[in-house]
Amino acid sequence: MTDGGRMPIASNADVVAVRQQVRAVAIEAGMSLIDQTKVVTAASELARNVLVHAGGGRVTVEVVDDGRRRGLRLAFSDEGPGIADVEQALVDGYTTGPGLGLGLGGSRRLVDQFDLTSAPGEGTTIVVTKWARG
Amino acid sequence: MERVPILKLGDILIISIQIDLDDQSVLGLQEDLAERVVATGARGVVIDITAVEIIDSFIGRMLATIAAMCRLLDADTVVVGMRPAVAITLVELGLSLGGVRTALDLEKGVAALGHLHGRDTTR
Amino acid sequence: MNVHADVARRRIEELLGTSDEQILRRWSALAKAPVDELKELYQALRTALAEEGSDLADIRGLLAELSRDRVRRGHTPSDTARAVFGLKEAVYEVVEADGGPEALRGFIWFSRLIDDLGLYTIETYATAREKVILDQAEQLLELSTPVVKLWDGIVAVPLVGTLDSARTQVVMEKLLQTLVDTGSEHAVIDITGVPAVDTQVAQHLLKTVVAARLMGAECVISGISPQIAYTIVTLGIEFGDIVTKATLADALAYTLRRSGIEFGEGRRTQIAIRAEDA
Ligand SMILES: Nc1ncnc2c1ncn2[C@@H]1O[C@H](COP(=O)(O)OP(=O)(O)O)[C@@H](O)[C@H]1O
Ligand SMILES: [Mg+2]
Repeated sequence: MTDGGRMPIASNADVVAVRQQVRAVAIEAGMSLIDQTKVVTAASELARNVLVHAGGGRVTVEVVDDGRRRGLRLAFSDEGPGIADVEQALVDGYTTGPGLGLGLGGSRRLVDQFDLTSAPGEGTTIVVTKWARG
Repeated sequence: MERVPILKLGDILIISIQIDLDDQSVLGLQEDLAERVVATGARGVVIDITAVEIIDSFIGRMLATIAAMCRLLDADTVVVGMRPAVAITLVELGLSLGGVRTALDLEKGVAALGHLHGRDTTR
Repeated sequence: MNVHADVARRRIEELLGTSDEQILRRWSALAKAPVDELKELYQALRTALAEEGSDLADIRGLLAELSRDRVRRGHTPSDTARAVFGLKEAVYEVVEADGGPEALRGFIWFSRLIDDLGLYTIETYATAREKVILDQAEQLLELSTPVVKLWDGIVAVPLVGTLDSARTQVVMEKLLQTLVDTGSEHAVIDITGVPAVDTQVAQHLLKTVVAARLMGAECVISGISPQIAYTIVTLGIEFGDIVTKATLADALAYTLRRSGIEFGEGRRTQIAIRAEDA
């Protein structure tokens, strides 16, 4: 299962497990119900991308604290094909598969910080942070 | 894969989603439901998502697909019980489920289906 | 650390041990804090000093707690800082009485240490106070945004004053929750009392209407002023098929009609079920 907040993403069941773990940690970080829901939804999208577009990978889930507020940081990484045109991939509706193309753009709107690093053949890393309001 | 039970109430099918659905179960539910609509000749489908804590683009698309599929099979669909946090998140994600009829709760959803068929189920 | 410094430092540690009662009493007077409260800090400091290469984590933890406690009790930042710096003066008096060169040199080292801890205390005090202010602002926000039930199945939010993005979000979340709690299928968002909106606020309003629809409820926006109408149009915000009414009364009449409630003769109201247009 989890190993220092690190979880594998290799199956549909793993995506569900990631959602549940992110929910638990979001509660621990003192997030409001709405913020919990947003970050869990973003996690679900990004975990599915790792599984579907990269054939698997992992995520690290951790609580962060900037002295004023607490939050959640999720780091997804995979060794899949990578993304050639990141700007294009972030556009709503853009997809190379059968999806709706809302995963990347949508999850960026649902979190406070969104950092995507990717290059063809070098896999993809996405680190997102969501702060608890107030 | 977990199966979501489909209940029959008169000529309405009721699906109450109580589990955290993985993608395979979502696809399974779509197929099961289409078969049941045809097999039972149901005129309406209520999807109760009161217990659902998140809807991402995959589950959102399932709701839209079920509604469109049922329309083709001559049945109306109502999605009931979406939580405020889920609704706000879905809008932010970029899904507004244009073609999907909604109601606040199961009772109102069933009543809405009755009205659609020109019957009054409240009396 | 050279040998001299080491000797000097050890002298201070000795003095902290032998004159502990005197120092504590004096510190307590200077800090205007009971001896008991300071004793724990004092012990933690001595333990940390005795430990070679201690990172002072324990004492920092205690100081953070002290700062938060003082914020809660409404102490000023200078009071809080004095509580720490008071120890310097108390120790200086003992050093002066000792008069030895080691003690004096050691005091310079000790003084720097306390300065660091004092600054740390002020910092945690500021952070804690900021948090209290943020919490209070949020509570105020909650209070100033009522969601009222206008009729069975109809709720309204009369918004007054400048809307910023945060406030709009809070109101809208409250509105959606009220729809669930009261089983209301209709909502009126009245912005008669709102002088202006920006893009973000207009977007929040729009998103709320869409979210309400997803939940099975319809919103009407009333009281859009000419300026706001102008803003919405010039910003190119798509209000699409959202129903808008001139006044709250118009909006209420409209929702009553929509929800199938018709006014009969006299005071009797008659509920008629309306078939929804497919
Ligand atoms: N982890 C990933 N590895 C490789 N490509 C990815 C990854 N995540 C996203 N992509 C690419 O970005 C596109 C957009 O992703 P997304 O917005 O989630 O839409 P969807 O998953 O529905 O296609 C995908 O179609 C895919 O081409
Ligand atoms: Mg995706």
